[in-house]
This record gives sequence, C-alpha cells and structure tokens, in this order.
Amino acid sequence: MHIEIDPIKCEAHGLCAELLPERITLDEWGYPLIDQTPVPAALEDLARRAVNACPTLALRLQASRHADRDTSARRSAERSAAAARSGAGDRPYQLYTQRRRRG
Amino acid sequence: MAGVTVGPSIYWYLTRASGAVALILLTASVVVGIAAIGRLRAPGVPRFMVDGLHRSASLLSLVFLVIHILTSVLDNFAPISLADAVVPFVGAYRPLWLGLGAVAFDLLLALTITSLLRRHLGHTTWRGVHWLAYVCWPVAVVHGFGTGTDVQQTWMMLINVACIVAVLFGVAARVAVGWPANARLRLGMLGVAGAFALGLVIWLPGGPLGKGWARRAGTPSSLLHPAHGGHA
Amino acid sequence: MSLPRLLLGVGGETMSYDRHVDVHGERPSGSGRSAGGGPPPLVAALTRSGLRGRGGASFPLVTKLEAVARAKGNPVVVINGGEGEPMSVKDRMLLESLPHLVLDGAFCLAETLQTSDVVIAIDASFREAGDTMRLALRARPEVGRRGLQPRIVTIPSGYVTGQESAIVNFVNNGIPRPVTQPPRISERGIARRPTLMSNAETLAHVALIARHGADWYREIGPDDEPGSLLVTLSGGVRAPGVYEIEYGSLLGSLIDAADGLAEPARAFLLGGYAGSWVDGPTATTLRLSRTMLRPLRATLGSGIIVALPQSACPVAEVTRVATYMSDQSASQCGPCVNGLASIANTLVELCEGQAGRDAFGDLRRWSELVMGRGACGHPDGAARFVTSALSVFVQEFEDHARHGLCEACERRPVLITPRQQAAVQ
Repeated sequence: MHIEIDPIKCEAHGLCAELLPERITLDEWGYPLIDQTPVPAALEDLARRAVNACPTLALRLQASRHADRDTSARRSAERSAAAARSGAGDRPYQLYTQRRRRG
Repeated sequence: MAGVTVGPSIYWYLTRASGAVALILLTASVVVGIAAIGRLRAPGVPRFMVDGLHRSASLLSLVFLVIHILTSVLDNFAPISLADAVVPFVGAYRPLWLGLGAVAFDLLLALTITSLLRRHLGHTTWRGVHWLAYVCWPVAVVHGFGTGTDVQQTWMMLINVACIVAVLFGVAARVAVGWPANARLRLGMLGVAGAFALGLVIWLPGGPLGKGWARRAGTPSSLLHPAHGGHA
Repeated sequence: MSLPRLLLGVGGETMSYDRHVDVHGERPSGSGRSAGGGPPPLVAALTRSGLRGRGGASFPLVTKLEAVARAKGNPVVVINGGEGEPMSVKDRMLLESLPHLVLDGAFCLAETLQTSDVVIAIDASFREAGDTMRLALRARPEVGRRGLQPRIVTIPSGYVTGQESAIVNFVNNGIPRPVTQPPRISERGIARRPTLMSNAETLAHVALIARHGADWYREIGPDDEPGSLLVTLSGGVRAPGVYEIEYGSLLGSLIDAADGLAEPARAFLLGGYAGSWVDGPTATTLRLSRTMLRPLRATLGSGIIVALPQSACPVAEVTRVATYMSDQSASQCGPCVNGLASIANTLVELCEGQAGRDAFGDLRRWSELVMGRGACGHPDGAARFVTSALSVFVQEFEDHARHGLCEACERRPVLITPRQQAAVQ
C-alpha cells in the first residue's frame, strides 16, 4: 500500500506531513514529498488519517502493484531525504502556494 | 404533561441553554474553520489540530442543536412541533423567527452530511455546499434574536455580541491575509459582513430589544397572558 | 525503397488528394480480419514494425491502440496537431503540405477501432493548416454521413496545450491545461470515451505501413529502432528546415544535407526545450537513435535539432528558454510553479552576474525537486534542459557568474520563445 498524490489538487496545506512524517515531508515551498516505500501495517491507520485529513482530497491510498515501484520508491526516498537535509530555510524565497485558484 | 403549568418547565430552560451553547459552538466552528482555510497559524497548534477542532466544534454544535430542538418540542408552553424543526415558516409560534432556526438546522445538516461523505462527493461539490456555512451562522444568530427568550438579558447579550464580534473578526482576518488575491470576492464578503452588523444595529433596538416584541414576533396571543410573565 | 518516405513527392504546395493517391497509392482499409482469428492485419503490421510515437514520448503505438481497443465505450481517434515546441515545425509542415498522409493514418486506425469519430486538433497559430485540412476533408471519399465523421478543433497555442490530456480537457471543458492521469485518456478521454491520440507524423507512418507493411518499414534504420523520422534542423546550419532521416544516421550527414554549418557549432540542442545539450566535439560522431543517445542522457524528443553557433551566448539562450518554460507552466502544481520560477530567476541572476554563492547548488536542488511532481512532464523537461546546459556549458556559466553579461548576450536569439504564446493562465 502506498500514498498517491494528485499534484493539481494539492494546495500545500501540510496536514499530511504533520500526521505522517514517516512518509511525508514538505519541500521548501510547502508541497509534500511522498516517500514511495510501501506503508507498513503499523502505519496504515495513520496513513489513512493523513489521507482523510487533506482539505482538498489530493491524497489517495493505493494498493502497490508492480515491482518497478521499487526504483521510483528508492528515488523518491532519496529525494525526500536530500530535501530534508538541504535546509529549506536558507533562502528567503516567497512561498507561492498558488498563483491562482484552479477549479 | 397534563394539567396547567404554573411556570416554565425544565424543557424551556434546557432549550434556551442548549440554544445558547449551540450558537457558541457554531461560532467557534465558523471562526476555526476560517482559520483553517485561511492558513492562519498559531504557534504550537498544528494544522491537523485546527482541522480537528473545526470538525469537533461542528459536530458538538449539531448535538446541542438537536437537544435544543427536542427540548423545545417537548416543552408544552410554546406550540412547537417536530416538523417545525426542519420545515421553516409553517409553525404556530413566531413562524418567521422560528422558521429561521429551521433553515439554520437544515443548512447545518447539509454541511455535516456532505462533510461526512466528502470522499464520495468530491472536493468541488463539497466546497460548493460548504459556502452555505456563511449563510447558516447569520441565520442562526437572527433566529436567536427573534425567538430568544433571553434576548434582553445582559448575559445573553454578551454572548451574542462576543459571537458576532468573533465572526466579524474572522472574516476581516480572512480578507486581509493574502489580499489582494480574489479581491472582488473578499470585498463582497466584507460588504455582506458589514451589512449584517449594520442591519443588526438598526433592527435590534426597535425590534427584539424593544417593547412588545413577543407580540410583534408572532407569539400566539393565548401565550401573552401577563400572568405567565417572564417572557418578553 | 529508402528515403524519402513521408516526404516523397512533397513540393511547395499542399499535395492534393489525387496527387497523393498517385504518389502513394490508394489507402488500404484499416479493418478486416486475418485468417486464424489473429489481430487485424494493420495491428499485426504495426506490432511487427515497432512504430513508436513521434510526439516526443516515443511510446509504442500498438500499446496505445490495444489499450483503447480494450476499454469500454466507442473510441475516438485524435490527430495531435498541437506542436508546442517552438523549434519544431515538422507537424505544421505535415498538416499544411501532406494532410492526406496524416488523414490516411487516422482513418485506418478509426476503421481498426470501428469508430467514425476523428478529431483533428490543430494549433491556433497554424493559420494555413486549418483551411488546408478543411479543403482536404472535402476531397476524401470516406468522409460523410454514412462514413467517417471528422471534425477540426483549434487548440490555443502554448507549450503545454498540445499535451494529450490538455487537448482532451480543452475539447471536453474548454480548458487547455493538462489533468492528472490516471485515468489515462485511452480509457476516458474525449466525452469520457476511450481516446487514441497520436502525433501527426506517427499517423503519417501508419499510412505508409498500412500500404507497404512492417518489413518495408524495417528496411532502414537499426533493428532495435527501425524506420525514418522527421527532424526539424535549425540554428547555425545553412539550410534549416524539416528533413527526413533514418534512425541511427550520423548527425554529421544530416548537417551535410543541410549545406553544412555557417559557423562552427558550440553545442547541439536535441529534443527541444524538454531535451538536452550535447557539446560540439561529441556531436561530430553522434548517431541519431535512442540507444546511441542514451549514454549521453539525450533523446531526440520530437525530432528537434538546433545547432548553437559559436557566436551565440549559451547562458543567455538557456536563461531565456528557462524563463519561457516557467511562464508556460499551466500553474496548477506547486512544485512546477515554484520550481521553474526559482530556476528561471536564479538563471537571470547568474546571467547578470548577480547570483548568490549557492546558485549552482540551488539550481541542481530545484531541478531534482521538480522531477515527477507535476501532473504532466513539463517540469521534468525544463529541469532536464537546464541541468544538461549546466553540465555542458560549465565555463560559460562560471564566466557569467563572475563577470555578468557578455557581448553575445545581446545578439538575436537562436532559440525562439514566442511571446504571442501567452502564458497558459
């Protein structure tokens, strides 16, 4: 089981990262970086809660399908770790949460 | 309960109290809801807690609203039936002002049910209905002023003023933060909020806070006997 | 039969229907059963040919076709004539000069899928193509109330408006912006029906495979990447334009066919603004095929090849394109909006010598951060373009970081960033 995001619906509210920091961190603009390694049974309830908490319903829980999930899982895990290390606070870039509402 | 009542029953007290509490909780729900969507942050309060508080306040408000409705029906003093709770403006007792309460209740039901079924309805539908929260709250306030037994009591007035000020403040904060995005919508909301406040200021002194309101509001004349007293 | 294939008989004017039949022969039917209950002959031929899409993604056509055939509902065939890349003109050329070749491919596939609905999506900036297509349709015997029912849809110009889900979104809702997939358009596309959308050039190849078969298609090009493709060659060559080449051919031969370089090339851009750079010396031995380009982390994309002359400033060119790509974002996904804007702003600062100490690190971090996090591939492409530029033009970027604008920054741009393609907002 893993978490899928609809990037168009996401508006960087950030509740997901608060509820499931084991799998979701926020990039420097407040958007979620989702670790694609499968959600273990112990975290399933929290994952469900994180998915339901999203104000714009941008998250979905999906049963894992292929073995090639692993490469993208590894890649996203590396990226998340790198992003978490890189220190989002250094540069004072404006947080563009959205330029315009999308329907 | 048969026989002649010699004074207000326990239900009458309960309905007034639960009404006031429901209004306070509804106000809290609206203000926290505005804080949630407006991404207004408080130190040490995570977003999911704000969201959780909003949901809890809304559900609790609904619970107290149900108590408020049931106790008003059970009370024998005013002729309020269960149908009057959901069908507005057809009752015998202060039809307009009580009817507004039914409107607020119907709206709160719609808000709650669509929120519980959010995942199935989709975000767009849910959001469209949720805008009705901005209708539900003022209608509830006006219902309170129009039917409220305790309107002229100081403590009730304080509660009402606090609730109104809280929501006005919330709307102002929502308009200010992120201005000038969606400028026309924000100005519209500000205008509506201001008009509401102004309307109350104009209406209240000569209305519910004035003399003879019970009769003017549509209390059945049989209930206006001064011997029963205690009612405005 | 070798080259030209698609460009056989092409002249200055639109090839009329009669001339088209003269040059290529009648269009075979796309339907029909094969003996023994296998797939329809055209599908078998397309499978054996290994034909891949020419719109940039290089997706095997048969996979798309089978997905649409499997899906529930009456399919729709769409000709994607939305050529968003400013440095590509091959699709425009096909629609304006060889419309019947493209229509043949679409009509064959419509018959294979047993549908009469064909949508021809044409970029609004292709002024002639719309009229040419209307005239061409009138000449077609298959079109009519009892037969195929094509319609032309003009889509707004823009970098992402030609993306397949953006076209479907535009036809369905009037909004020319990509949507999140799944569900894929092969399952639910135009009017929620299974949609087979194919690049105009891909359909032109289908038209010829239907006539001559898979073996013919595989006669040229390497075994793992057979056939021919159209490339748009521009920049410092003496005769820029659309050329038809076989896969695996030498870039050098193509440049010779274009009368050579007017001045030495600093580097080559392959694949357009979502593609990547190859430096001049490496390019001299370059073969144009996926397998040959992969080690260099390059792709042909939709067949775009730009020779960047020595006299051009790569930093200015890359900065301009990065700004364009940021403006062209559909602005629906936070990482794309923020990432591409941050990248573009920092590149401008770098170009002017005003960048902070960590500028290069920031650019690398943001490029990594936007990958795969949009609803479409736009941020990935822009990030790839910038990352490869940073590694090919190391010295030029360092010089700009230290000294700011150079003389070459002011010269006329090689890479076009159309301003009239208003940002998709």
